Amino acid sequence: MKEMKFYGTALPGTEIEPYPGKLIVIEGTDGVGRSTHVALLRTWLESAGHAVLDTGMTRSVLAGRGIKNARTGHTLGRLTLQLYYATDFADRLENQILPALRAGFVVLTDRYIYSAIARGFVRGADPEWIRRIYGIALVPDAVFYLRMHSAEALARRVLASGRGFDYWESGMDLGLANDYYDSFIAYQKLLLKEFDRMTGEYGFHVLDASRPLKRTASALRRSIVPLIQEAAHVTEIVKPTNVSPITRLAPVSTPAGQPQPTEEESREEKSA
Amino acid sequence: MISYGYHRYPGRLFVVEGTDGSGKSTQLTLLYQWLKSEGYSVFFSEWNSSLLVKDTTRRAKKRRLFTPTTFSLLHATDFADRTERDIIPPLKAGAIVLADRYIYTAFARDVARGCDRAWVRDLYKFAVKPTAAFYFRAPLDVATERIASARPQLKFYEAGMDMGWSDDEEDSFKIFQGKILDEYDSMRSEFGLTLIDATQPIHTQQRQMREIVGRYLRENLKQKAVPSK
Repeated sequence: MKEMKFYGTALPGTEIEPYPGKLIVIEGTDGVGRSTHVALLRTWLESAGHAVLDTGMTRSVLAGRGIKNARTGHTLGRLTLQLYYATDFADRLENQILPALRAGFVVLTDRYIYSAIARGFVRGADPEWIRRIYGIALVPDAVFYLRMHSAEALARRVLASGRGFDYWESGMDLGLANDYYDSFIAYQKLLLKEFDRMTGEYGFHVLDASRPLKRTASALRRSIVPLIQEAAHVTEIVKPTNVSPITRLAPVSTPAGQPQPTEEESREEKSA
Repeated sequence: MISYGYHRYPGRLFVVEGTDGSGKSTQLTLLYQWLKSEGYSVFFSEWNSSLLVKDTTRRAKKRRLFTPTTFSLLHATDFADRTERDIIPPLKAGAIVLADRYIYTAFARDVARGCDRAWVRDLYKFAVKPTAAFYFRAPLDVATERIASARPQLKFYEAGMDMGWSDDEEDSFKIFQGKILDEYDSMRSEFGLTLIDATQPIHTQQRQMREIVGRYLRENLKQKAVPSK
């Protein structure tokens, strides 16, 4: 059981009490494969007997649809977008994440507050302002940052997935360049820089996402094992006598080779 | 850094605040008529008026999806859209903007619902500082009486029913309005709100309001302003 710790002002009306679950964040820029990894982790954790909730940006009951509609029209001002995301986050935090953690779930979240902070920052919002708003956020048990070394490599990933560049992922609202490709590169460069800066501040576990998917996936699993072992009811499944899903699914070495983008990867981000 | 608080725009921003039933909207309409007839370009901006956010708010109210935090954040989203779209551009163009409810409404309501005072103030840090903010103060019984006679049914969030203070709508409304009134009173000195006694006759209140607004008006505002939206 871990005490609830918030970055700033805790949510009003929230009982601060130890919780048995684990909040695990998968962060990273657009096209890095976050949702694929969340899906893989979910399967792995569930087969090991953990109840899992997965969530991600714009998936709230309250504001998800409104944000998607507004994004389609490209009519959102910068502040408005920023606050709409915060609304979406708060709704998921209060109605999905906290109840699941209290019930002992492993909560996997595709992005957390850090993407919102980075996006706001590159759009000229006062960083202190955004941080204070997100002071309502629970400090996660672990944040895994899937890092790509360059914006060009991200662009190749996006293209390999066959989904092409999207208006917001390319930061077209910023007017950094005239076409989607140039704008994507310029925008993602800014984001990568901001993520690197946040790494120390928020204690990200950095994972090299430029490696083949399988290797990144097994590195992620290896990092998560000690976290979930803390949960008392889990210990039995990692006993050597057991048919351990962890060793089965986390081979030490994986044959090298470029993995084909999975269906999840192709769908990834369309909704983020 | 996007923070409009200290920008100096050529236009003027006047806002009215107060509890439900304080008569502030009536006063703002009268002010609008006067400014128009004097030849100024005047824009109206109402609370909860962003088209982008409207559907979400309506749905959330209907399905009772709000917590104090999401209620606060979604209203801030609405207000941000209003600021970016309806408030900043006319102020830059040198027009007069009249706002029916402003950030103080959020400060009063959200804190009454249990949100942290400092957090809510930070949330609205991007707002433009008004030229003058009028606080129409009516005692609790006067305001609740006006609302009770004007509206057949109180709405769920309006009555603060989400807070579980009372099962009775009218009781809950009174408790909620009482807390809001306390918040307004404590904001008077914090933000330099101009107090108008809302129990006075309508024309007396309007005379006081025009006298104060008049101090901030200049002839050049009439020429500078753009003729229409």
